[in-house]
Amino acid sequence: MTHKKLLLGVEAIGQGAIDGGISGVYAYPGTPSTEITEYIQENEVAIERNLHRQWSANEKTAMEAALGMSYAGKRTLVCMKHVGLNVAADVFMNIAVTGINGGMVIAVADDPSMHSSQNEQDSRYYGRFAMIPVLEPSDQQEAYDLTLAGLELSEKNGVPVMIRITTRLAHSRSGVLLMEKARMENPISLPSDPMQFVLLPANARRRYQNLLNQQDRFLELSEQSVFNKFEDGADRSLGIVCCGIAVNYFRENYPGVSPYPWVKISQYPLPENLLKQLESQVDEILVLEEGYPLVEEQLRGFFQRGKKILGRLDGTLPRAGELNPDLVASALHLEKPVGQELQSTLVNRPPALCKGCGHHDTYRALNEVMEEHGKGKVFSDIGCYTLGALPPYSSIYSCVDMGASVTMAKGAADAGLFPSVAVIGDSTFTHSGITGLLDAVNEQSNIVLIIGDNESISMTGGQDSSALGRIEAICEGVGVLPDHIHVLESLPKNHEILVGLLRQEIAYQGVSVIIPRRECIQKLARRKRN
Amino acid sequence: MKCDIVLAGVGGQGILSIATVLGLAAIENNLYLKQAETHGMSQRGGAVQSYLRLSDQPIHSDLIPSGEAQLILSVEPLESLRYLSFLSEEGYVITNTTPYVNIPDYPDVEGVLKTIASLPHQVAIDAEFVAKESGNAKSSNMVMLGAASPFIDLPLESLEAAIRSIFARKGEEMVAVNLKAFHAGRSFAEQTLNH
Ligand SMILES: Cc1ncc(C[n+]2csc(CCOP(=O)(O)OP(=O)(O)O)c2C)c(N)n1
Repeated sequence: MTHKKLLLGVEAIGQGAIDGGISGVYAYPGTPSTEITEYIQENEVAIERNLHRQWSANEKTAMEAALGMSYAGKRTLVCMKHVGLNVAADVFMNIAVTGINGGMVIAVADDPSMHSSQNEQDSRYYGRFAMIPVLEPSDQQEAYDLTLAGLELSEKNGVPVMIRITTRLAHSRSGVLLMEKARMENPISLPSDPMQFVLLPANARRRYQNLLNQQDRFLELSEQSVFNKFEDGADRSLGIVCCGIAVNYFRENYPGVSPYPWVKISQYPLPENLLKQLESQVDEILVLEEGYPLVEEQLRGFFQRGKKILGRLDGTLPRAGELNPDLVASALHLEKPVGQELQSTLVNRPPALCKGCGHHDTYRALNEVMEEHGKGKVFSDIGCYTLGALPPYSSIYSCVDMGASVTMAKGAADAGLFPSVAVIGDSTFTHSGITGLLDAVNEQSNIVLIIGDNESISMTGGQDSSALGRIEAICEGVGVLPDHIHVLESLPKNHEILVGLLRQEIAYQGVSVIIPRRECIQKLARRKRN
Repeated sequence: MKCDIVLAGVGGQGILSIATVLGLAAIENNLYLKQAETHGMSQRGGAVQSYLRLSDQPIHSDLIPSGEAQLILSVEPLESLRYLSFLSEEGYVITNTTPYVNIPDYPDVEGVLKTIASLPHQVAIDAEFVAKESGNAKSSNMVMLGAASPFIDLPLESLEAAIRSIFARKGEEMVAVNLKAFHAGRSFAEQTLNH
């Protein structure tokens, strides 16, 4: 028995995980992955079963906690955006070696075209790097089905499984057929081998060999997977390899039957036989994949001795950015309608800080003070406050990876830059700023750290910040001197106070922290509405 | 039946409420549906769009190909012009005329409205004004949905039922106001068409 529900791709993964019997989801928010966890947080069955569904401090702590749950025999889901996997990369690479106990699916959402991200890295490389199976759903139904299948695959083979999606599937809605009832959760059961999770060199070598031995099995599973398939076509001049959602852009251009033979890939490692079957029949191969040319590179090989491979590397498709039906049409040399055209160019409407947001007050004061010191001396981070890089403020000069404002300011101060100021948000600080602050304290680095505390993870939609009301205590615990920790309400009426504090702490030789605090106005408005 | 719609607006204007009504009505009529939304950074007052595709046949792409949309439904005049490349030759632009000015270089509004008026097929409506007339300025999105409804092959009753169901939580009065706003928008578009 099944029933149908209208779900975003991300929601389909959340529903699949609940129906697949997870006992907890572990995640740190990040577009376009955030709503997987939010969906589970609001789901009735998840609430009734009291599944773990709170946010973690960052992606590394999330994945490690999920590993602990898996160690105890239960099924788990871990979610993050692509750059979050960089933060979790240490545990990620090592759990491929330890393997898992309870089934574990790692859902990673990539953001080609960088709609809301610093880069467009392709998580399939991480899957290949760790040598674990990767699933890439082509639509909302497969996002659901593959989450269920992924948990099974993971638990049966004792290996974590990655589900990789991209923005368009993450944030597109469609009807999904669901199971009638969620599977039971696993009971607690410890791993049968007490040494499985002990990666001392001698044992690590044994575990690694085990992972290597499993590779043939993973390949066989890809060959047999119902999510990979070959479809014949009459015109053998070209064969198409479509990965994940790219298959939809291809089929959009041939609504009936494709003239060319094609292969759909939704499970990696790449199914060699399926691809050989295609290759043996056609003159050239066009690879359609979201993200980097991973499959294209593999099919080309180093010496390019085989048949011609077309894709992002030879210019048939753009090297960067997401695919769409138009790009695929042009790669297939199809004539398509062009649409209506506007003569004049339109002004852009970039995102901006909300009216009444406390970050305005911070930047107004900071700009006034930094006027005296010249440009280029404020490092920042990732969050709503990054919009301070744009006019009217143009206050900040860096946004690299979460936490980097603190450590870049420290390094620049080490180099002799004065003053050296960092601006970070409350959640980014607890995600990855605390350890950097410890480095600065240990060396008495001459920096001023501004923690714009809006008591919320606002850029991703206002999730609860993990150290609500405890930011100053954390700073003190790390070793910042209490006299150089200042908290004030970020309001226009406190402008002069903030300006004074900034001047005073810039003059102080050592680590200072200033915490302008006021609840995010979006969060406040939502709270008042409910 | 096949209908591709680009919904346009500014982050925070709530274009997704329009998509939700259309989605519910489509499901009730057993249509296939795909609806790609903008989440994330642009929601902070940036340009946002949603691609809504309805069909009685399975739909492949979540994105609408260029030149194939039947409608651009925009809740803001400048934004109505941003996605013209998606619109088919016979396609209509249905737009609100009240500007949302949150950028320093917002162009002259008269100029924007003139450009809209010069498009081959368009309905321009002051949704805030019509909404206020219907009893609540906040129901302007339902005015816009009403103005677009003559162009979308979905039964009127299904659209009304969908509006009822999404506003039910907020009480009978809100349901009535939003239905009234929807019908006011619909009559406006019908009158414009008949001229
Ligand atoms: C490693 C990593 N994880 C997640 C994100 C997504 N992300 C960008 S900004 C942000 C929230 C920042 O919150 P906060 O520092 O409190 O600033 P606010 O937006 O509230 O001003 C998140 C989660 C990211 N860019 N990188």
